[in-house]
Amino acid sequence: MSSPSLNRIAFQTIFTKEVLRFMRIWVQTVVPPGITTALYFIIFGNLIGERIGEMEGYSYIEFIVPGLILMSVITSSYSNVVSSFYFSKFGHHIEELLVSPVPNWVILAGYICGGVARGVVVGIVVTLVSLIFADVSIHSYLLTLAVFVLTSILFALAGFINAVYANSFDDISIVPTFVLTPLTYLGGIFYSIQLLPEFWQTLSLANPVLYMVNAFRYGILGVSDINLGVAFAIILLFIVVLTAYSLSLLRRGVGIKS
Amino acid sequence: MSLRLALHPHKRTLHPVQLRILGLMTALSIRNLQKTYANGVTALKGINLDVEQGDFFALLGPNGAGKSTAIGIICSLVNKSRGTVRVFGHDLDSDPGAVKQCIGLVPQEFNFNQFEPLEEITANQAGYYGVERKEAFRRAEICLRQLDLWGKRREMARSLSGGMKRRLMIARALVHQPRLLILDEPTAGVDVEIRHAMWDLLREINRQGTTIILTTHYLEEAERLCRHIGIINQGEIIEQTSLPEFLNKLSSESFELNLRHPLTGFSEQSVGGFALRLLDDRTLEVEVTKGQSINSLFAALSERGIEVMGMRSAQNRLEQLFMDVVGGGQLNE
Repeated sequence: MSSPSLNRIAFQTIFTKEVLRFMRIWVQTVVPPGITTALYFIIFGNLIGERIGEMEGYSYIEFIVPGLILMSVITSSYSNVVSSFYFSKFGHHIEELLVSPVPNWVILAGYICGGVARGVVVGIVVTLVSLIFADVSIHSYLLTLAVFVLTSILFALAGFINAVYANSFDDISIVPTFVLTPLTYLGGIFYSIQLLPEFWQTLSLANPVLYMVNAFRYGILGVSDINLGVAFAIILLFIVVLTAYSLSLLRRGVGIKS
Repeated sequence: MSLRLALHPHKRTLHPVQLRILGLMTALSIRNLQKTYANGVTALKGINLDVEQGDFFALLGPNGAGKSTAIGIICSLVNKSRGTVRVFGHDLDSDPGAVKQCIGLVPQEFNFNQFEPLEEITANQAGYYGVERKEAFRRAEICLRQLDLWGKRREMARSLSGGMKRRLMIARALVHQPRLLILDEPTAGVDVEIRHAMWDLLREINRQGTTIILTTHYLEEAERLCRHIGIINQGEIIEQTSLPEFLNKLSSESFELNLRHPLTGFSEQSVGGFALRLLDDRTLEVEVTKGQSINSLFAALSERGIEVMGMRSAQNRLEQLFMDVVGGGQLNE
């Protein structure tokens, strides 16, 4: 068996397994983000949003659409990989991969693409829900898709690293609760950072989620608080660093080998 | 000097090149394998081990002896501290992919996703070895049928009984047609009927050319199946030889005789040179030392009017020797 052929088949197997895993439990994995987003639109968009008025030339409900979609994508990609990989460690079935000739980068690619797939499915569901509440047209399909996929990859990688270090089910919820959620909520989903005092504006620039939300918002609405080039550079930099670190963890067998 | 004697750990171990010159390919060759865990526990103290192609090899040892650590290293589940591992000539450090391609592992613990159907578990494993999806499912069918699990193929693995789960792990290990099959206590918790069926299957797999390494606590299993054994204790290989040679080290063997008539008032401790012990009024234990003939035992008992209806080994021979070796007892060299 030649290596490229083995790698391709092994990747397809891991990816298919990951997609089947979250689709088998679609009520838990795909439906909840749709319901949560609908609630956000009802409460923040309709009830409170009408009192807020316009933001950067758009109605408040239109302004929060990109952020809400991206928040669902971030959460879904992250949680898919963190739960799937941690569960495979917990149940020891990660050993199926460790004993096989699958290279580490194929294992990583399989899990990450599984996370991206869930991000895409959830993103589509949330977008469809958004269309019920807001009349949104997309400014740049290519840009929107690029930010969508790259953000999904980035957070799938973060979920992978969390899973590698996790020793209990509590450990896989600590990072989403204390790091991911605050960063997402403070990443400009519900507001433009132009509304913040200067000190908080500067502090917000240290939040990587801000760059993704704004780049995605530019893709959909054509408005952004952040320079697009900077946003893409930061996203790509994070992806490169997290990929290298993930591969290093796999090579050393951290959390999976004695 | 036979090759087997040359492989004895207390004597010189042949280099893989020497084995090849002699026309023998080593399926597994381990040199100076050491493992010290992060907590400071040394599980392996530099073991050497050779298993020939086509062999059915038993790796025996008490709990905590280092068997599972050795298997873990061979299968890339445990990082070694020092030493080399070669599988069919492929070095684990320089060509791990080729080593892994050769090996099928049936681990001690259930390590499949309990929430996946059997068919997917088995076919996915084939996929990890580069078997195309369609072919993977065809092979999964063959393996699941062979292990009598085809009827359960769409059920989640968690719904299986313990014995079925063991069989599933064997099916999964076979699906990529490994040249070396490593079984870590494969029949633990399996009922007698299934155990015998599994023995037949393993014999057949071995007969078709697959080298098998088996660890087990059922020494009867090792005696029935294996041609060679290695005994590991406290991280060191203390025996590596052929099973007949090892059994030949027994200085004596005990048998239990079932008698037709109850023996009352029998007080003799020896008959015809055989040491005796009355276990109950119809069961006599007799020790037959090396060189003694059982015929003369029966003749001596007949003279005393003692009629024997049946006999069996009081203790499994391998078990007896294993206890001697691991316990540090004296063997008849």
